[in-house]
Amino acid sequence: MTRDLCASAGRVWAMLLRYLYLLRSSWPRTLELLYWPTLQMLIWGFMSKFLYVNSSYVFRAFGVLLAAVMLWDVLFRGQLGLSMSFLEEMWARNLGHLFVTPLRPHEWVLSLLSMSVIRVLLGLLPAALLAIPLYHYSIFAMGLPLVAFFAVLLIMGWALGLAICGLILRQGMGAEGLAWTVVFTLSPISCVYYPVSTLPGWLQYAAWALPSTYVFEGMRAVLFTGVFRADYLFGALALDLVYLVLGAVAFFVAFHDARRRGALLQMGE
Amino acid sequence: MLAEYGVTSHIRTMAAPAVKVDNLVKCYPNAVAVDGLSFTVARGTTAALLGGNGAGKTTTLSILLGLLLPTSGKVQVLGEDILRHRYRVLPRMNFSSPFVDLPHRLTVRQNLLIYARLYGLPDRGERIDQLASDLQISAFLERPAGKLSAGQKTRVALAKALLNDPELLLLDEPTASLDPDTADWVRSYLEAWRARTGATILMASHNMSEVERLCSDVVMMKAGRIVDRGSPKALIDRYGRANLEEVFLHIARETSAELEPVK
Repeated sequence: MTRDLCASAGRVWAMLLRYLYLLRSSWPRTLELLYWPTLQMLIWGFMSKFLYVNSSYVFRAFGVLLAAVMLWDVLFRGQLGLSMSFLEEMWARNLGHLFVTPLRPHEWVLSLLSMSVIRVLLGLLPAALLAIPLYHYSIFAMGLPLVAFFAVLLIMGWALGLAICGLILRQGMGAEGLAWTVVFTLSPISCVYYPVSTLPGWLQYAAWALPSTYVFEGMRAVLFTGVFRADYLFGALALDLVYLVLGAVAFFVAFHDARRRGALLQMGE
Repeated sequence: MLAEYGVTSHIRTMAAPAVKVDNLVKCYPNAVAVDGLSFTVARGTTAALLGGNGAGKTTTLSILLGLLLPTSGKVQVLGEDILRHRYRVLPRMNFSSPFVDLPHRLTVRQNLLIYARLYGLPDRGERIDQLASDLQISAFLERPAGKLSAGQKTRVALAKALLNDPELLLLDEPTASLDPDTADWVRSYLEAWRARTGATILMASHNMSEVERLCSDVVMMKAGRIVDRGSPKALIDRYGRANLEEVFLHIARETSAELEPVK
């Protein structure tokens, strides 16, 4: 049992190593990881400075927009980090090689999830650290709630990423564009920059069906009132669990279907 | 007592043929790729699946590798049911095809290291160096796999396929797109490797001289079915032809409705 677990961990590490080698092999790709979150932080940082003296909303908590943009990036990068590593195998037409080894599909998924965490941290840490000297704002001042928000958004990104990868396995590379675009359709109802109450009543039901909405509402509660809403956290985690199970089911069903159709050898560009 | 320790099961799997396919069928919505295929490959031999395009060779190999699920039929590889226990068998077999490159952006060494880890090999560095020396790829171990010539890629793919010292090696067109000199080198290497290790090789090929040279058993396929089988010499004698290529052409054209003979 322990030997099996060690062997399994070894295979997960092998796949993770593959993605790290890929990242290391191309500095433009590594730079791209840092570029966008930093640029976003710069834009919203200056916007916050401007609004701080022109808007009562931002005046109540300077970091409300900066924290929002950085947390949104956790969701976006979490999903993209998983999907990009998956797409690397599609572009390399490597599934035929990987799945004649003892690698199990769930071990591959674990390596994709691990890589997603690494990509999120690589993208966001420099931006978050840069905000401290530039705007005298540290997202880390949120303390433990930040860890909870991070976890909820990351898991939601994984659920979304797994579902998208499943769709690509089912539909082929024609569905590749979804990896970059789907998450943005959730942005308006996740209420990243404004409270849920801004949405029309009927749309608020949809908003509360997303874990991300609980995070951004919870973030505003912490920043404006200093209160951590545990009810929001539990609601978000419960929804995360549902979506993660759905995403995983979509992925594994699509993987099994690809084996039935013989797509594992042919899948690629 | 023996059964309690799984020894009888071990003896049974050791005595079983390397490959045993029974009434294998693979249907797609618009085509039948494999239609009631049954054959065995004895341990320690080199066998070939021979047939034209669309004969079902690659489909059969994919099913043996567990990459493709059959519609029906039974497949035993190294004594294990590949459909139920593929993870018991996959560490003991491997596969190489010139049509499926190793990832281009990683160096040859990085690629081999990753596959060595996936097979859970100890002493990975040593194993890679030894294979690199045997297959004469040491000079480009640090080069990205995408920047190799066809001959170099084939030798690297072979190194990947031999990493885990497989008991069964499946090869899809092992010398396709190679110049005659490199192709001959690869064949000689495979012959020597099989003789040294006692492993089994099952290949799909269009190259008749290669099959004549390497294989003791040939399964002739057409439209997903076995149309004949035997040793290359037996097939040549049976059809009264000069070589296996003529046998292949005879079988391919005998009942072909689509292809008219070239005038």
